[in-house]
Amino acid sequence: MTDRQPRLHVPSPPFRPGDEPDFSGLDLQKAGEAKRPAPDAGWKETADLATGLVGVLDHNHQAVGEWDPGLNPEVLREGLRHMALTRVYDERMLKLQRQGKMSFYMKSTGEEAVGVAAAMALRKSDMVFPSYRQQGILFARGRDIVDMMCHCISNSRDNLKGRQLPVHYTWAEGNFFSISGNLGTQFPQAVGYAMGAAYKGEDQVTASWIGDGTTAEGDFHAALTLASTYRAPVVFNVVNNQWAISTWQGIAKGDAPTFAAKGLGYGIASIRVDGNDFLAVYAATKWAAERARMGKGATMLELFTYRGDAHSTSDDPGRYRAKTEYTVWPLGDPIERLKNHLIGIGEWDEERHERMVEELTALVVKSYKEAESHGTLHDGPLAPTQTIFEDVYAEPDWRLRRQRQDLGV
Amino acid sequence: MPAMNMLQALNSAMDVLLEKNPDVVMFGEDTGYFGGVFGATQGLQKKYGADRVFDAPINEAAIAAMAIGMAAKGLKPVAEIQFADYIFPAFDQIISEMSRLRYRSAGQFTSACVIRSPWGGGIRGGQTHSMSPEAFFTHIPGVKVVVPSNPYDAKGLLIAAAESDDPIIFFEPKRIYNGPFDGVPDAPLKSWAKHAKGEVPEGHYTVPLDKAEIVREGEACTVVTYGTLVHVAEHAAEKAGIDAEIIDLKTLAPYDIETIAASVNKTGRVVVAHEAPRTSGFGAELAAQIQEECFYALEVPIYRLTGWDTPYPHAHEWAYFPGQARFIRALETVMETR
Repeated sequence: MTDRQPRLHVPSPPFRPGDEPDFSGLDLQKAGEAKRPAPDAGWKETADLATGLVGVLDHNHQAVGEWDPGLNPEVLREGLRHMALTRVYDERMLKLQRQGKMSFYMKSTGEEAVGVAAAMALRKSDMVFPSYRQQGILFARGRDIVDMMCHCISNSRDNLKGRQLPVHYTWAEGNFFSISGNLGTQFPQAVGYAMGAAYKGEDQVTASWIGDGTTAEGDFHAALTLASTYRAPVVFNVVNNQWAISTWQGIAKGDAPTFAAKGLGYGIASIRVDGNDFLAVYAATKWAAERARMGKGATMLELFTYRGDAHSTSDDPGRYRAKTEYTVWPLGDPIERLKNHLIGIGEWDEERHERMVEELTALVVKSYKEAESHGTLHDGPLAPTQTIFEDVYAEPDWRLRRQRQDLGV
Repeated sequence: MPAMNMLQALNSAMDVLLEKNPDVVMFGEDTGYFGGVFGATQGLQKKYGADRVFDAPINEAAIAAMAIGMAAKGLKPVAEIQFADYIFPAFDQIISEMSRLRYRSAGQFTSACVIRSPWGGGIRGGQTHSMSPEAFFTHIPGVKVVVPSNPYDAKGLLIAAAESDDPIIFFEPKRIYNGPFDGVPDAPLKSWAKHAKGEVPEGHYTVPLDKAEIVREGEACTVVTYGTLVHVAEHAAEKAGIDAEIIDLKTLAPYDIETIAASVNKTGRVVVAHEAPRTSGFGAELAAQIQEECFYALEVPIYRLTGWDTPYPHAHEWAYFPGQARFIRALETVMETR
């Protein structure tokens, strides 16, 4: 055998359980280095950005470079609060799931900036088609926490009548689409929605999120093709958190240099972003939304991040990846980084942070008590049983009417 | 009233829809400038503009997803899948998304749209241009499935489908686009002009989505069918001299059980017929439901006349198609005259 013959190649991750992870080999452009083209620039001007890395917060927690969105401290503190709330909420919900209060849960640990910063950069009137790890959007858009919990514990106040797994939120009032459990289906739907807004002459932008693994789905290609063809005002977010359950991102990425680079072939402006940098995610989303509102079409953002915890409550990451990967992840933690930035500019301190986390914890605990007063999955009350026959069609036909009678409800 | 063939009637329906509702948009493969491979959307882009009637890339999943997104935004997409055989790349979007959006969002979002698709065999289309995949869709809660059998119904049902609040899979029997078919392959082509249902009003009207129609009254036995086979059944009953009552279902999901049961309770003898393969075909649902409703009225076992459990063959198309000879045999079997 020589090197010059075809051989089946199956990529494998650099580290598995038992290994000492070392990410020094990752090719990550330094914060502040990436150029910021005008939002109406041609897609080719993003070519370097698709393989580079847009970052604003440097290792000293200073905001540097052309992408610094120049946000005032008030906005930064708000972002910090939403991210901290996301984490506190997740921790609490995980505990409750372990206590049997919920059938299932999924945390956003380590990825809080992805949802929160994007939601803050978009207008509240903009439409979002999220995946299941962007509940930060809901906090940023001010959804009632009790309502979120009532959904997760599928009780009588669940706005989805107990029809969806926990964390598969829907909130039409907040322009938050129904989260599917099937991967990637929302990406081309988001384009259709954006085309609809453009057809109606509105300046609404639509954003959608999928994970690194889901880029392998045909729907990814469908979405990018549609967006490119019809120049849809859409912002695609590929959250590269390195792991699709146990499958390393390289299984979906193949030999492409980055996930963002995949957008370039479609003539779509594409940028890889430090997904753990609140300011960078904010700035890139703002850029993409502005571009969409100018009629320049779609942008693809790869949010380079790390899934800090299990995929869901149904898997144990200790069985497929090295334990310390998250702790040595070179891009750090989004909450710590923004916190340190705020402290660095004299707009925050440890004591205030601690107080905020305590206050958020109290809020979450109190909210859960209230949520539970409307019932739990195990002990009820749930939505009335006959609701299982509702909303299948606009009006139930004879089949559903009879089946409801059959069930005796 | 003008005489129209089925394509003209469908075109007229879409013209009416586009004219009436500015939120109606149409797209599919080759449906824009060219007007579709069968010509169903011909002239509509010119009349209403390329932002309302346009070409889609060859990606059926994208077409279905685009329809879902647009419908959620409040538009009314009427999309075309070029052949029903090509609908499978869109299957996930239809099954997992379109059909369930209202349910899973508890009514906060809906995906009311129409997916039109030329359907069925008898045109020498081979295995990839002849399928009748309706049973895949009648199995799915949340979508309605419609199969017209003549120009008048095609127009009225399509308008009703597009004005419905539910997603609709609208299968068009392409064998009878240009004229009714008796199930005799060598017979000269008939024209819709001489058929009562070839008379189609120019303007807006609807045909209800949940009502079957007795297209031939009879006392001896009941035929329950849809699409092309409605005409084959009529011709076979004439030819065999059997006083069969023929029911054109028009809508398969939900199907009109009342009309079916009333007829079977009268005749006690049933043929259910479709072109699709036999096993788990829609005829199985009909037969099961009929025995549940009419068990004590049945004189003989329900006869399922269907395509075979094979892919749709090309050269031996007429050995597969439940044509006139097989239909007569089915009728004679339930009449116990064979």
